[in-house]
Amino acid sequence: MKAKDTLLYLDGVSVSFDGFRAINNLSLVLQSGEMRAIIGPNGAGKTTMMDIITGKTKPDTGDVYFNGTVDLTGHDEADIAMLGIGRKFQKPTVFESHTVEDNLVLALSGPRSALSALFHRQSKDEADRIHEILYTIRLFEKRHWLAANLSHGQKQWLEIGMLLAQDPKLLLVDEPVAGMTDAETAETAKLLRDIARTRSVIVVEHDMHFVRELDVKVTCLHEGSVLAEGSLDHVSNDPRVIEVYLGR
Amino acid sequence: MITQWFFSHGDRRSLIVIAILLAIACLVPLLNLLVPDTSPLHVPTYLVSLLGKYLTYAMLAVALDLVWGFCGILSLGHGAFFALGGYAMGMYLMRQIGPRGVYADPVLPDFMVFLNWKELPWFWHGFDHFWFAALMVVLVPGALAFGFGWLAFRSRVTGVYLSIITQALTYALLLAFFRNDMGFGGNNGLTDFKDILGFNVQAGTTRSALFAATALFLALAVFVSSFIIRSKLGKVLVGVRDAESRMRFLGYRVDRYKLFVWTISAMMAGIAGALYVPQVGIINPSEFEPANSIEAVIWVAVGGRGTIVGPIIGAVLVNFGKTYFTAAFPEIWLFALGALFILVTLFLPKGILGLYGSWKTRQANRAAREDDEILPPVVKQNGTLMPTPEPQAAE
Amino acid sequence: MSLSRFLSIIAMLGLCLFPAIAGAQVLDDAKLKPLVEALAGDNFDNTSKAVSELAKSGAPRAAAILNALSAGDLYVSKTDKSVFIGAREGSDYAATDPLTGAKLAPVPRSAAEKIKVNNRLRRDIGAAIGGLTLMSTNATERRTAAEAILKNRDPETIPLLDQAITAEKDAGIKVLMQRAKAAAVLNSTAVDDVKIAAIAEIKSGNGREALGLLTPLANVQGPVGEAASAAISSINSELELWNGIQNIVYGLSLGSVLLLAAIGLAITFGVMGVINMAHGEMVMIGAYTTFVVQQLIRTSMPGLAEYSLLIALPAAFLVSGAIGVIIERGIIRFLYGRPLETLLATWGISLVLQQATRSWFGASNVQVSSPSWMSGSFDVGMLTLTWSRLWIIVFALSVFAVLQLVLKKTMLGLRMRAVTQNRRMASSMGIRTPWVDALTFGLGSGIAGIAGVALSQIDNVSPNLGQGYIIDSFMVVVFGGVGNLWGTLVGAMSLGIANKFLEPFAGAVLGKILVLVLIILFIQKRPRGLFALKGRAIEA
Repeated sequence: MKAKDTLLYLDGVSVSFDGFRAINNLSLVLQSGEMRAIIGPNGAGKTTMMDIITGKTKPDTGDVYFNGTVDLTGHDEADIAMLGIGRKFQKPTVFESHTVEDNLVLALSGPRSALSALFHRQSKDEADRIHEILYTIRLFEKRHWLAANLSHGQKQWLEIGMLLAQDPKLLLVDEPVAGMTDAETAETAKLLRDIARTRSVIVVEHDMHFVRELDVKVTCLHEGSVLAEGSLDHVSNDPRVIEVYLGR
Repeated sequence: MITQWFFSHGDRRSLIVIAILLAIACLVPLLNLLVPDTSPLHVPTYLVSLLGKYLTYAMLAVALDLVWGFCGILSLGHGAFFALGGYAMGMYLMRQIGPRGVYADPVLPDFMVFLNWKELPWFWHGFDHFWFAALMVVLVPGALAFGFGWLAFRSRVTGVYLSIITQALTYALLLAFFRNDMGFGGNNGLTDFKDILGFNVQAGTTRSALFAATALFLALAVFVSSFIIRSKLGKVLVGVRDAESRMRFLGYRVDRYKLFVWTISAMMAGIAGALYVPQVGIINPSEFEPANSIEAVIWVAVGGRGTIVGPIIGAVLVNFGKTYFTAAFPEIWLFALGALFILVTLFLPKGILGLYGSWKTRQANRAAREDDEILPPVVKQNGTLMPTPEPQAAE
Repeated sequence: MSLSRFLSIIAMLGLCLFPAIAGAQVLDDAKLKPLVEALAGDNFDNTSKAVSELAKSGAPRAAAILNALSAGDLYVSKTDKSVFIGAREGSDYAATDPLTGAKLAPVPRSAAEKIKVNNRLRRDIGAAIGGLTLMSTNATERRTAAEAILKNRDPETIPLLDQAITAEKDAGIKVLMQRAKAAAVLNSTAVDDVKIAAIAEIKSGNGREALGLLTPLANVQGPVGEAASAAISSINSELELWNGIQNIVYGLSLGSVLLLAAIGLAITFGVMGVINMAHGEMVMIGAYTTFVVQQLIRTSMPGLAEYSLLIALPAAFLVSGAIGVIIERGIIRFLYGRPLETLLATWGISLVLQQATRSWFGASNVQVSSPSWMSGSFDVGMLTLTWSRLWIIVFALSVFAVLQLVLKKTMLGLRMRAVTQNRRMASSMGIRTPWVDALTFGLGSGIAGIAGVALSQIDNVSPNLGQGYIIDSFMVVVFGGVGNLWGTLVGAMSLGIANKFLEPFAGAVLGKILVLVLIILFIQKRPRGLFALKGRAIEA
């Protein structure tokens, strides 16, 4: 099987909405431990691709395998999250009426059944991990704040913290630095590189400086399929990429 | 262990409410039974039953708030679970009448004799035992809620769609229970009860006992709600309310959480209905009216959804108003109720308790400013998780 | 043929002239007298024979005599055995001469005896009278006579029927007579061929009636029985077909009502995501507007009464639409993005509107009249349709068509569709979404008002009118999906038809419950309805 020994394997995936082909024969392979940046113009299908990987959208045709053997098309969002795929949304989505700490408690890996949640009591281990993450995302002082009162950048970080708490094998990160200051952007790049040491990451981003800072293999999507793939220099010198995306 | 947990984790407000409920569970019967009629402190029996009725409504409101306030499921059909619990109790009370009915049939209730039925329908068997009826009070609404919720939540019917479907559910039951051949007394429902557990339902002592039982069960409902909300499950529910799909991407089976709290809530409503019937002395299909279920929603909204105490305050206040208005100015009542719906949604989205909450926050902020210390603008109220005005949709 | 027709015309003319020509009557009296006296015979057989003789005589008084006999008003004098028509008057009978209708001297009650009739005799008399009136000059009487024969199927009437059929000029009555003859033939001892022809004749008639006539024959051995069975099965399948057609037509008319009630709801829900619980009250207001318009016309311009509905339509649209805009501007716009709260607030509005109507017009129904072109009914094949049913269908479909045009061809429609599909994008493109919202809400409410005009024709106009439709309308919207009016059309019609097909074997109430349950199950497969918009933008 071709999917063997890969972490994520998409082959010939297509999906359309009311006749509009959002994803057109897309193929993408991600190795274990790899970090990949996805670039592409609006409507290139970046978010839809993430929807397919996380089970929110079912592809019309094509194979999607995780860990070489697990067919993701047969699982729903909760299953896929439990398999170890975490997702950070474009618009920061945190639970606004929960405190920062409770957001992490909810994200923390562990049993997800209703009954276990009803009688759940936080263990010392869990408390330690949450504290660790709170330090990592620099929100320890604000751990009792309601998430609604965080700044935009802090919400982005909280969401990354939630991903860490989830302890996934693969992280899908959608535009993590949108609306961040330059300093925050640099910090975020550092954080993602740290994370990528232990897990695989797919980052969708428009900010070319940020992508350069990540210094990883780049895939450019266009009209639902792969236009170019390789190092950032290779991709950004591709005349087609320049034409449809970078512009000159 | 649970008690211990509760005292260490339980929020102060719920504890106060439980304490108050336990107190009135003792006090009101005492004032009714022991204080002489002539004393101004005497609580007449009719008032005991009226207050008891309010408390059953309060319990329905607590149940409704559990799904609406904390999980974002606006049920317009909770009256159905209330009525089903009521019917289960009503069936027990009917069987207790025995040969004392108008037609003096030892087994068949009057309406069956009237319809010329020869034997008891199968679903009436067992209701001569209190324990069986009590079980059904919980199981029938629970089973209906489970089946309905399983279908609805699995296919991700949410928001107004779900509200409309719940309304259709209670409407369908309304139509069904109006039919004579359903075997629940049709239009007239079940009434003319004689006694409960061997005590005369009309007697002052029984009424007081029923009141005390209602207050105790309401206290229990508050305890259960509080326990759920304070648990991690409660946090998941609030997460579902605010960003359902985000919760899914964290690996939670949202449908099961919803189903759990939905079923618990329906059972609670069923118990409330069962306590309601012996105190008002009748149960008929009008309890299934969609309007009743929506009225219960406004109790929660008035008191403050997303709080445990709010629904109780709202239910008692609105129903007190209803009792007063329908007697004093009957033609004004619907105007008042309609205006209440409009004004509360427009100006008091968090209800009375929300008003109190934001007042306290302002106080806290002022104090913070005086301390010249930068505190978070809003601190989570003790046990009060305020809904955000605009839920974040996970794109 | 022409000769016999000529003769019969002569005979008819003669019959008509009888009362005028006294001489002829005297002649006849002599012949009739023994027949009348024979009515008082010793046994029923003789009486029966006399009845048929009397009927065959064709005498103009025969019908009156037979009627009297059947009613038990014919008496025979114990003294002279003369027969007279009597009416109790104290201890006497006021007597009338059966032959001339002239008044006779009263007869003491003890001196007369009632001529007894039994049931068989009564049936014979009925048939005989039927035969007599077959020749009446009054078309209604002839029709009644033919129908009577169709019921008692007396073979004795066959010759009379033949006579009448040749004389009959009214095509409808002629067919009826032929059918009556066929029925009588089947009841007679005629040969198989004649009977089989009669079966064919009967088959062509009214299905249910034919079934009643043929069923007893189906068990007869031989070719007649076979022909009858074949005819029965063919009638049955035809009946089933018509039954289906009837269900569809009734379903379509119910569906049209649902469509009218739901279409405004679908627009406001589709464009604004707002569930308007007061929508039913907009319908109710439309119905009351019709009432007010009719009142005004009655008092000031009675000549316009026939057109009151046409005048009420724009009035209802404007009244309900204006109230809708006021509600949107005054309340709903503050609640956007909070659909559940909007639902509660609009419920409050509905309570207020209901109570206001109740205070104003009273709690009981008001009378809304129907113009003549909406009353009455007509036949299509084996089913009878009322004009109001048909008009509702036509009206609902025209409203739908106009609305489609408005949405597809006007600027408002374009903007509404833009807002439906992507509110934020539409707003950033310079569409003033609040303005679109207000107009959309006004449009939806106005259409509800128009629906109210239509509903005032088929339902009681009371403050609760709207409540009866609101849940069904919701079901239509949920079933059909939002964002596409075709969904509402298909949803309304399929719910209407489903209701009507379920009704016969489940009963109206159970049928309704079944439909609700089916919708709940349907939501499993298509949570967003039949014609849901797809794509990323919709998911929220």
